Amino acid sequence: MKSKVSESIAAALSEIRDGATIMIGGFGRAGQPVELIDALIEQGATDLTIVNNNAGNGETGLAALLAARRVRKIVCSFPRQSDSQVFDGLYRAGLIELELVPQGNLAERIRAAGAGIGAFFTPTGYGTLLAEGKETREIDGRPYVLEYPLRADFALISALHSDPWGNLVYRKTARNFGPIMAAAATTTIAQVDSVVELGALDPEVIVTPGIYVDHVVEVGERPWLRDGVFIGEEAS
Amino acid sequence: MSMGRQELAAIVARDIPEGSYVNLGIGIPTLVGNYLPPGDAVILHTENGMLGMGPAPEPDQVDPDLINAGKQPVTEQAGAAYFHHADSFAMMRGGHLDVCVLGAFQVSERGDLANWHTGAPDAIPAVGGAMDLAIGAKQVFVMMDLLTRDGTPKVVADCTYPLTGVGCVDRIYTDRAVFDVTPEGLVVRETFGTTVDELRELLGLDLKENR
Repeated sequence: MKSKVSESIAAALSEIRDGATIMIGGFGRAGQPVELIDALIEQGATDLTIVNNNAGNGETGLAALLAARRVRKIVCSFPRQSDSQVFDGLYRAGLIELELVPQGNLAERIRAAGAGIGAFFTPTGYGTLLAEGKETREIDGRPYVLEYPLRADFALISALHSDPWGNLVYRKTARNFGPIMAAAATTTIAQVDSVVELGALDPEVIVTPGIYVDHVVEVGERPWLRDGVFIGEEAS
Repeated sequence: MSMGRQELAAIVARDIPEGSYVNLGIGIPTLVGNYLPPGDAVILHTENGMLGMGPAPEPDQVDPDLINAGKQPVTEQAGAAYFHHADSFAMMRGGHLDVCVLGAFQVSERGDLANWHTGAPDAIPAVGGAMDLAIGAKQVFVMMDLLTRDGTPKVVADCTYPLTGVGCVDRIYTDRAVFDVTPEGLVVRETFGTTVDELRELLGLDLKENR
């Protein structure tokens, strides 16, 4: 197997074209692949559809991508937050389209895409505005709503370590959407703190097998870690 | 005397059995965590992929990779486990959580819940995990004031705000009374400085008394 480690972030993102659908991992700032997003802004692709749990926090990362006006539509569960001012402004000005999805349906639609499921019936959202117009069915006396898979052209995710084959391990709640997005996208690009040697990751603890990962970019250890261990200083 | 939020949080915590797997919604329900028995008697779930969530860290121990559903820093208890988002919501939807505690704008007498959207035309809607929590846990508790600031009841015959879930609430903890939602209607379980007759008058609902 050839190494999936890219020579540069720019090389890893070079296939992304205007109009692409891109899943971006992270829950708030935890697990957000900030270096990949910054490089995507630099790369210039526009008219994007973004799938993320949120719609950006503060002025950096996903919020900066929105501020750069590269995003036509966002699919998410929780856009409005205390620090979602960039999205709020674009939405109120009619400059971005929003598809609001209950968080569990978002996760399961992504999972279903990666798992080759054609559609599924879920109890979540039944009888609410977010299920209006959708097919429903009663199964064993309980009402369900039909939901379809959510696929993407690209997934940009963040993990702690990768080996050269793209086997990934994550860290704490920064895992969140990474594993399911990796499987749901045609091309998955993972940024990692560090790439370790083949065989250095215990096969029993690998969370995302490399079959779901196409390109790996090493971005260096984040300031609150040393050798992958939390150092307990004020995080920057 | 009506109940303060802290006192009410203590009452909710009292009613959560040892050994329960529990999700506390963002906002007022997080106060319940302060009154759960110390240690590992109750295991807290957070939707962003963790069981065994501990309290907020000391300021110099804030780990940006370790947050709760409200995106606040938390800690890891011994025996904690991490998992991805689809697993986390399978835990909810699959009925594996024993109790979840949610805030609400309104609850109907049949247990319909409205807690995600005011329906105001200029509001930016955000649903998060509310709809999954509402329909998933074995027992769904709501914790809220009985009245809005302008005195309008929040326990109602029919919700006027957009619904989060249909017939999903089991119990309503408010500053004036605790109600069980039953097939026969609302049953007043406890009152705080008021009577069932006064509550009937205030809410205009047919309330049954706990016997």
